[in-house]
Amino acid sequence: MELVNIFIKSIFIENMIFAFFLGMCSYLAVSKKVKTSIGLGIAVTFVLAITVPLNFLLNKYILEPGALKWLSPSLADVDLSFLTFIIFIAVIASMVQLVEMFVERFAPALYASLGIFLPLIAVNCAILGGSLFMQQKGFENVLQSAVYGLGSGIGWMVAIVFLASIREKITYSNVPKPLRGLGIAFIITGLMAIGFLAFMGVKI
Amino acid sequence: MSKNKSKEILFDPLFENNPITVQVLGICSALAVTVKLMPAIVMAISVMLVVGFSNLIISLIRNYIPMRIRIIVQLVVIASLVILVDLTLKAFSYDVSKQLSVFVGLIITNCIVMGRLEAFAMDNKPWPSFLDGIGNGAGYGLILIIVAFFRELFGSGTLFNHKVIPQWLYDHGYINNGMMLMPAMALITVGIIIWVQRSLMPSLTEKE
Amino acid sequence: MSEGKPKFDRNSNAYTIVFTIILISVVAVVLAGSYKFFKPYYDKNVRQEKMTDILYTVGLDKAKLEQVAKTKGLSLSYALIQQYFDQYVKKQLALNDKGEVLKDVNAFDINLKSEIKKDPHKQVYPLYIVEYQGKTYYVIPMYGKGLWDDIWGYVALESDMNTIHGIKFGHKSETPGLGANITEKWFEKRFIGKKLFDEQGNFTGIDVVKNLRNPEKYSHKTDAISGATLTSNGVENMINERVKHYIPFFKKIKNSNHVEK
Repeated sequence: MELVNIFIKSIFIENMIFAFFLGMCSYLAVSKKVKTSIGLGIAVTFVLAITVPLNFLLNKYILEPGALKWLSPSLADVDLSFLTFIIFIAVIASMVQLVEMFVERFAPALYASLGIFLPLIAVNCAILGGSLFMQQKGFENVLQSAVYGLGSGIGWMVAIVFLASIREKITYSNVPKPLRGLGIAFIITGLMAIGFLAFMGVKI
Repeated sequence: MSKNKSKEILFDPLFENNPITVQVLGICSALAVTVKLMPAIVMAISVMLVVGFSNLIISLIRNYIPMRIRIIVQLVVIASLVILVDLTLKAFSYDVSKQLSVFVGLIITNCIVMGRLEAFAMDNKPWPSFLDGIGNGAGYGLILIIVAFFRELFGSGTLFNHKVIPQWLYDHGYINNGMMLMPAMALITVGIIIWVQRSLMPSLTEKE
Repeated sequence: MSEGKPKFDRNSNAYTIVFTIILISVVAVVLAGSYKFFKPYYDKNVRQEKMTDILYTVGLDKAKLEQVAKTKGLSLSYALIQQYFDQYVKKQLALNDKGEVLKDVNAFDINLKSEIKKDPHKQVYPLYIVEYQGKTYYVIPMYGKGLWDDIWGYVALESDMNTIHGIKFGHKSETPGLGANITEKWFEKRFIGKKLFDEQGNFTGIDVVKNLRNPEKYSHKTDAISGATLTSNGVENMINERVKHYIPFFKKIKNSNHVEK
């Protein structure tokens, strides 16, 4: 089943954090608590699951070389792909703005605990990365791209939550002074990435 | 503006206030493009130019930007600059642009760019802002180059694609450390760099 | 817009709208202009890469091209590469799955990446017939899937339409140090001299096998890259899948050769 394949691949084998390091900034600088990580992870997953298929449609019907032929056959030669970055980021920024308004209205507690991180999702490399990778992969239809977005988000969340849980525990360990905090976080992430290499080549 | 202030703005981010190891920004793409030195250098230069010029542009129009659309305006400026960089690379440095692929686009979300815009360019004059951008870009580039140096040397035995490890070492059983080519080792390398930096500058270690 | 104050209220709706319009216009002009400026260079790079790859498979690598250019006192430029390409590549054919040559279709500009997604019966198959040092070669462009992402390449068959003379691979993001090594010369060498058809003229394809001892003994097998099983499989599938579609055309040529004799 192609969809299941895409889903599993995006969580384990092409994990946004362990394979591509995307979205690490906000994570490393901040989440030392599992609870915040879960909240952030859910928000990121939600944004990815919506922006990736949206951008897929924009890419297919506007940006790709020859995409404009549904408007008029004379436009079949137009290649607007150089506008990709701007269009994708505009979609993402708008979507995050909407999510922010939605969360503020309907889940004020979550809004308060996430604080600045909600708007910062817009510049989370993982979100833009998800759309850019989707563009390169050439999915056949919107559903595949949506599954990819969802899977990528879940993979990111899994990684963040794992790392936060380890960091919570490590506060009781005897880490050398210069390595405390940031340094050891990098090394832990690296070791986990090695662990995830075990998934490479798994075919379903 | 005094010469000393300029120097401070330009050189601070190289070590004391390094964007990657101290400010914890810009990590994402930093690690993925450091498999070899050449792409790392091109990326470093690209980021330097983008941060420098976006700082400059935003600083120039900072008093005219409506507060409500501040983030969008910043993103539009950054995205446009990145598109220009991407077009330039594709036209004049085709091989490297293929290696960098999506990571050029990811400069847009490179936290350093937005981070410096908010922290500096929005409140400072154009020239210091430009210097701040270049300085932070250079600090970022420095880390990239160090990581890429070790990764290429130990992972491929080459530097700039030229073989550096002498053949007799290979003949005696030395093998390139393939793990260095994998993303995981980049993380560990940066961790070690942070370890070294904080040992040399204890003021940076985290308080309990 | 101005509320009687000396400065515009930059947070008013009207100002915001005007600002946005100006910003978008400036950005649009700058980007569209730059795009127009840069695109020709980019297109040239893509074409140049295609041409050098095709020439490479018949033995005309960059070093040789530079040598030839030197004898004329010129440096290797895009124009020069185009010239050599036109000189050595005698025919650029666009074939259908029956082996018929399609007229008015530009073979060079076919985008294989999107072409292979189409139904095999509807695809167009480009073929380059190259003549170099008195010999004829058939160069087939290939596209396929590696472990992580796409892989592609060109394979040059000798005039017997059977033996591999040269081959070149490219990939998007195979594992560095493992699958990424398909671009290395030592991997390409493993395919040179291998045959794709048996003595009876049946298609055998090539078999890329793990841990193959004495690969020289086999005309249809070659050694895979250790630790890069899936990329190696991808390579095998790509070569076999692509070459299969050219069999009708090769049959046609062989028949017409027989008739002439």
